[in-house]
Amino acid sequence: MEHYLSLGIKAIFVENMALAYFLGMCSFLAVSKKVSTAIGLGFAVIFVLAVTTPANNLLYQYVLKPDALVEGVDLTFLAFLSFIGTIAAMVQIVEMALDRYAPALYGALGVFLPLIAVNCAILGASLFMQERDYNFAESVVFGVGSGVGWMLAIVALAAIREKLRYNQVPAGLRGLGITFMITGLMAMGFMAFSGIQL
Amino acid sequence: MHSNAYTFGFAAIICAVCGIVVAGSAVSLKDRQDANVRLDKQKKVLSVAGLLTDDEDVTPDEVQKRFTGNIQIKVVDLKTGGYATEVDATTFDQSKASKDPARSAVAPKNKAKVLRLPNRATVYHVVKDGELVMLVLPVEGKGLWSTLYGYLALEKDGNTIAGLTFYQHGETPGLGGEVDNEKWKALWKGRKAFKDGKPFIKVIKGQAGPVAEAPYEVDGLSGATLTARGVTNLIQFWLGGNGFGPYLNKMKSLAKMKGA
Amino acid sequence: MAAKTKEILLDPLFTNNPIALQVLGVCSALAVTTKMETSVVMALAVIAVTALSNLSISAIRNYIPSSIRIIVQLTIIASLVIVTDQVLKAFMYDVSKQLSVFVGLIITNCIVMGRAEAFAMQNPPMASLFDGIGNGMGYGLVLLVVGFFRELFGSGRLFGAQVFSLASEGGWYTPNGLMVLAPSAFFLIATFIWVLRTYKPEQVEED
Repeated sequence: MEHYLSLGIKAIFVENMALAYFLGMCSFLAVSKKVSTAIGLGFAVIFVLAVTTPANNLLYQYVLKPDALVEGVDLTFLAFLSFIGTIAAMVQIVEMALDRYAPALYGALGVFLPLIAVNCAILGASLFMQERDYNFAESVVFGVGSGVGWMLAIVALAAIREKLRYNQVPAGLRGLGITFMITGLMAMGFMAFSGIQL
Repeated sequence: MHSNAYTFGFAAIICAVCGIVVAGSAVSLKDRQDANVRLDKQKKVLSVAGLLTDDEDVTPDEVQKRFTGNIQIKVVDLKTGGYATEVDATTFDQSKASKDPARSAVAPKNKAKVLRLPNRATVYHVVKDGELVMLVLPVEGKGLWSTLYGYLALEKDGNTIAGLTFYQHGETPGLGGEVDNEKWKALWKGRKAFKDGKPFIKVIKGQAGPVAEAPYEVDGLSGATLTARGVTNLIQFWLGGNGFGPYLNKMKSLAKMKGA
Repeated sequence: MAAKTKEILLDPLFTNNPIALQVLGVCSALAVTTKMETSVVMALAVIAVTALSNLSISAIRNYIPSSIRIIVQLTIIASLVIVTDQVLKAFMYDVSKQLSVFVGLIITNCIVMGRAEAFAMQNPPMASLFDGIGNGMGYGLVLLVVGFFRELFGSGRLFGAQVFSLASEGGWYTPNGLMVLAPSAFFLIATFIWVLRTYKPEQVEED
């Protein structure tokens, strides 16, 4: 139990997907103008990470790993392709299922779901999972933890950007430029977590 | 609007084409990639043994020649410390063995955060004129961010350090990543690994001074206390009883017998 | 035609830069720019992938059923990325080791996907090819600028060769540790945007 707790906390703070590994930056920067949309996207990312990381874990353990399917066959070079395939398919299925069974949630998350298929944080989590050889339970914790960490970061950035509207920013830096700078400063703040041993 | 059959057919064709392209490139380039990995490993072993400097621009053939000319690969049973002659040393893959439940075990809890310990490990003998001059041991363990993989070279007495190099790590460039720094690596040369039979070498904070004054200490890396601690832990682990300890003890008593 | 090709090719460099204006493909721009060498290889890899994916997707654009459009695009891109990764591993082993997972992450580099969706689906193959090369170059340009400053000020080197003599080796330059860390890439890209927009004021965003 303790092991999973520490893994989760590490995934949220110490190894934050957005601010320590800089994954999922495109949507991180583009969809952080308002706190409410940031929260929506954040939940969608948690959701998709919680589903795809374990799914890819099973795929890796039982099909792709050397000797997993057939003795002596190493299919790891197919990892990228099958991971991204799983992610795209999962996103599509989740979208359809939400539309059918939870229209309210679909209304809230719907627009973000297609965006997520190409969010590198999702693929990154699966690749890290492969590299670090997580088992199934660990991959669940890692997936959810990474999602929570990513959401935390994007909501914080959106909150800062909302306040920023009242400031005089030099013309050339307005919008994207200053967002890059804030993200840089936030990343420096998150570096304080580095090396925390749990 | 396309029919379902068309959609399925299209998907199948795309899958087939992409599959052929990907599998084709993976299979046709495999030999070259394997050769690269092997060459890279040989280069690292040669460099830690002082037989190849980083500035040297050598051809793959030359690396191969130096490697076969100077180095013998041995496989050691970690528990007994004896050579495992039943295994073919040239094809033995330690990282694969440590993932195979039949050939490895869960490591006892250790500071280096090594999770699985193989039953057998590779050791490189550096040989000159038929005499053993140096031992190169593979080491690995957790730093701050990542697992560090490297080689530790010991003189034939099994105690004096001849060199240390890390060939793979993900530490912060410029801080912990300085474990790659030539100057820092040079500090290890000549220091002693064991004191009273226990692994004693460690990375300290600040400056350790020349070898004569501080035989068991190495300068710290500024701004990288945790990476340095990781290096200390992993080296002490692999030199200790769970690592190459039994093997090194055998080598030491052998060296003593020869000396006497 | 010639003028149009030139426009498609050069537009993404400054007028419509994928990173500075379209916020696409930032992730990998941060991680691989600590050195010029990795930046150059990464830029070339991205140019190759965007160009080829645009070309092939545009060639079959009229046959792709719209219901599986995204997944078809992803499959083609992923295959190209794997081939690139394999080629790098076979011919440039040292660099590919340093790039590690970031070659794989080209798959989710929004530039590739974005151009496939926005340009290749509507335009003929040759124009798409040039659009791919152009956008790849626009991305590469930012990578090179950032890589240049990070390597020069972070370790006093360019392409691995010492340019500034370091204080630790008796020279005059004390390396700026911040430059090798990832946050510096943000500041450099922000500065790049600032310079670009001062030069081309029509790109300034209104709140």
